[in-house]
Amino acid sequence: MLLVPCPNCGPRNSTDLRYGGESHARPDPNTASPAEWRAYLYLRDNPAGWLRENWYCASGCRRWFSIERNTATNEFRDPPLPGDKRGGAA
Amino acid sequence: MTMSRQGVQPTEVIDRAAKLRFRWNGKRFSGFEGDTIASALAASGEQIFSRSMKYHRPRGILTADYWDPNLMVQVGDDPNVRAGHRLLESGMDVRSQNAWPSLNRDIKAVNGLLGRFLTAGFYYKTFMRPQWLWPTYERVLATFAPGGKIDLDTPHAYHDKRYTHPDVVVAGAGPAGIEAALAASSAGASVMLVSHEHSVGGHLRYSSAAADQAALAELRTALDASDVEVLTDSTVTGRYEDNWLGIVQRNHPVAVERLIKARAKTLVAAPGLIERPYVFEGNDRPGVITSGAARRLVNLWGVKPGERAVVFSANAEGDAAVADLERVGTEIAAVIDGRTGGSISSTRGSSRAVDAVVADGASIGADLLVVAAGWTAPTSLLNMAGDRPVYDPAAARFFPSDPPSNVLATGGLAGDADLDGLRQHGAATGRLAASRAAAVRHRLQARTARALPVDGDEPAWAPDERAPLGRDPHPELYRADTHGMVDMSEDISSKDLVAAAHEGYDSVELAKRYTTATMGPSQGKLETVNTVAAIAEARGETISEVGTTVWRPPYAPVTLGALAGRMFEPVRVSSIHPWHEANNVSVIQAGQWLRPDHYGDPAAEVRNVRRNVGLIDVTPLGKLDLRGPDVPKLLSLLYVNKWMKLGVGRVRYGMMCAEDGVVLDDGVTGRLGEDHYMMSTTSSGAGGVWEWVENWLQTERPDWQVHVTPVTTAYASINVAGPKSRELMSRVCAGVDLDAEAFPYMTVRQATVAGVAGCFMWRIGFTGELSFELHAPAGHGLRVWEALMDSGSDLGVAPFGLEAQRIMRLEKGHFIVGQDTDGLTLGPSTGTGSLIKLDKDDFAGKPELAWAADRSLPLVVAIQPDDPDVVPEEAAQIVRGDTNEILGRITSSRYSPTLNRSICLGQVEPDLAAGGTKVTVLLESGERIGATVIDHHAHFDPAGERLRG
Ligand SMILES: [Zn+2]
Repeated sequence: MLLVPCPNCGPRNSTDLRYGGESHARPDPNTASPAEWRAYLYLRDNPAGWLRENWYCASGCRRWFSIERNTATNEFRDPPLPGDKRGGAA
Repeated sequence: MTMSRQGVQPTEVIDRAAKLRFRWNGKRFSGFEGDTIASALAASGEQIFSRSMKYHRPRGILTADYWDPNLMVQVGDDPNVRAGHRLLESGMDVRSQNAWPSLNRDIKAVNGLLGRFLTAGFYYKTFMRPQWLWPTYERVLATFAPGGKIDLDTPHAYHDKRYTHPDVVVAGAGPAGIEAALAASSAGASVMLVSHEHSVGGHLRYSSAAADQAALAELRTALDASDVEVLTDSTVTGRYEDNWLGIVQRNHPVAVERLIKARAKTLVAAPGLIERPYVFEGNDRPGVITSGAARRLVNLWGVKPGERAVVFSANAEGDAAVADLERVGTEIAAVIDGRTGGSISSTRGSSRAVDAVVADGASIGADLLVVAAGWTAPTSLLNMAGDRPVYDPAAARFFPSDPPSNVLATGGLAGDADLDGLRQHGAATGRLAASRAAAVRHRLQARTARALPVDGDEPAWAPDERAPLGRDPHPELYRADTHGMVDMSEDISSKDLVAAAHEGYDSVELAKRYTTATMGPSQGKLETVNTVAAIAEARGETISEVGTTVWRPPYAPVTLGALAGRMFEPVRVSSIHPWHEANNVSVIQAGQWLRPDHYGDPAAEVRNVRRNVGLIDVTPLGKLDLRGPDVPKLLSLLYVNKWMKLGVGRVRYGMMCAEDGVVLDDGVTGRLGEDHYMMSTTSSGAGGVWEWVENWLQTERPDWQVHVTPVTTAYASINVAGPKSRELMSRVCAGVDLDAEAFPYMTVRQATVAGVAGCFMWRIGFTGELSFELHAPAGHGLRVWEALMDSGSDLGVAPFGLEAQRIMRLEKGHFIVGQDTDGLTLGPSTGTGSLIKLDKDDFAGKPELAWAADRSLPLVVAIQPDDPDVVPEEAAQIVRGDTNEILGRITSSRYSPTLNRSICLGQVEPDLAAGGTKVTVLLESGERIGATVIDHHAHFDPAGERLRG
């Protein structure tokens, strides 16, 4: 089982967290075209390699954070620092 | 072949003073403490232990260890016990499996004659068509199934789980594994050494060489003096991401088995090598055994494997078997040397004779044929770590390729050396494992902000400077010039594999699935490489070109008991639960919650609420305490309706949609104070909505000032419902004016109830009656409940459960998210589309809901069957007339004790949604009934006069 480095709680079993998926910016709901909005809802790059993704530390600090993971090796890098005001999804 | 017990061997593990009596197929037998079931039976002269799966051929000892496919037995109510591994216990009732009516005279052995019909893909070809014969096929297949008998009355046994975080786990306790554990421990690492066998030592255990025995004694003494935790009769069954290991401990003193979940910082894989059977005609006959089996029988249990043996040897282990056999008086008829081109073609003879036919056609009389044809490297744990081992034809086995740097191989898996060489490699591996574990430990601790600070920089990741082990040359011996069994568990011959390859199943992964080779109880440990070799031969390629299958977890089969084990799922009950239990409650499990379903008669509970007053414990209702100046903005963002002008003391119903416009949750939120709100969610949505709220606040609106505190279990929640509820509340409440003018519908008040301060209550009405939903500090919930019950006895107060509540909400036509909606139900489909305020600047799901407004969507409607006594099943389909064209479905249905008729909610196509529309409902029975859509959701009191009173 993957160890996910929560910036607050430290490395935790992935079952302690909820996977929030690929980071993606929310389009302006008043101007987004159906294609743009549905790309936000459903389309993911799903690269074999580095990916910025969101996790929710559901059984720990209850913070959302975003972190880069190599989907081919499961290596993590650049965890946000605790207290980072916008440690969440980009 | 006639096996028998001989004189005391210096290496034996049996205690001849401790005689154990047991039964084998009903007959009395005896053995010694330290015997396995198989060694005790072999010592008593038994030669047939099972019948093969398809052909029912007689099978005897092959490897005399855990992997032996022929030694699966039933012990009492325990099926599929490995008699080659399980230690004998006094009083065991051991029976053979898959041998009807008896082991020695098996009627199904006639299958052997039908062999040509049971070829590759037999099951696929024979049992495919016609499909209507499947029940018959199943009966036939069941009688062929090789497993034991499951006793459904077996009492539940205790299986345990353990979680641990060792620095280093060493899988395998041969000389290299032990040295690795000792070296890692000396370097300061916490070490767990896991031995598949009953004692540590690996192949040293059954070596009669004095130097080996001295080394074994030395290693055991060192282990005893060390801090290494030694687990025997235990298996590392799986390696997962970041060295998360599953370890099954089979010899726990209390639990039947214990599943250990270990997070190791480094893993040392030292499983040794597994001796590979040789494929030739008759290689599955009783009396054909591996050299390891011969050596184990002689040296561990003092059993002479036969009177006159032919030994086919291609390595030192085979040569050592010759010496062991001679020592216990087995006559060596011939030694055929596989290194110099000698070969075995087939075996002949009837009953106990196992005459060996050699390459030139000569037959050598014998009752035992010992085969030492080579090794399989059980690279499973490396495979699971992502490694793809590579084949070396010069050594005739696979070797590790490039496992991740926190998984280190040593011992026979990594290469060959003399004993000192193996020990040195093991020790070097242990030191490397400890060093890298220290780096991992430092990193884990440094990354944990609130842990104790770690001193200094992270230790460097130690380079692998171990002197590599050599590779002994070994002839590639897989199949002789005849065909024989490749997979004895599944009765798959080399001929079957060649046939499969010619039919097009010529990749190993395909051939494996098509023939089921390697899929039996030995998990491919004996069969995989011979399977690969047979496919390679059929394709005219090398083993390297064909490649091997990827070994996946588990390394060894795991019982369902070990996996199920002790569950740590919490059970949640409200503080009022003891009262329910004392009052004839029937509970229903809802997620983790145990909730009152009813107290005997839900219909009576409904009638009492409609006539008098009832109490329901709704504690699991989700409750979020929201504080801060930006709460109204948050509510406006999460709900589809408007919230900016909710006054203090007011309550509003809200619906939430996800960003795709699908209904997510609903509930009421009340404003308790200037900057203080209480949000309620559905019981099942409590956790999800909290995470949803946190997601928005933390990621999209981090600048908003809102504090969210989940208070679901901080309050006991009681809905007091019925025409007499105000009278009842007036008897227990203080500090609040309950008058309809002062405390109207959809408002919230704080109060002291039954002497309990800090309660709040809101006037809402899921049941459709005048009702007060009361939330009291959880510790006082029972007191408040009892006060209500005691104060209202003259009013007819009675408890009601979820079932009565569900009936009443259905009478009122209130939809339940997840019951009457599903993962495709857009907000407007609930029939509450007017709630959705598209003129708000932003809210979750707004674009989808805006686009949905122009679309024609299915709608939730209330439906009444024309026959009031028929209650259609929930999920019954609404179809067009006599066709099967689906136009909708019933989502909720009950018999209403208030209206004395069946009532439903359903989702229908928009052109069926108008009141008065006739629809056809297809029942599960196939019967079609007529039903009518009614004008509004409420079957009862559509104007809502009762609840506003
Ligand atoms: Zn955390």
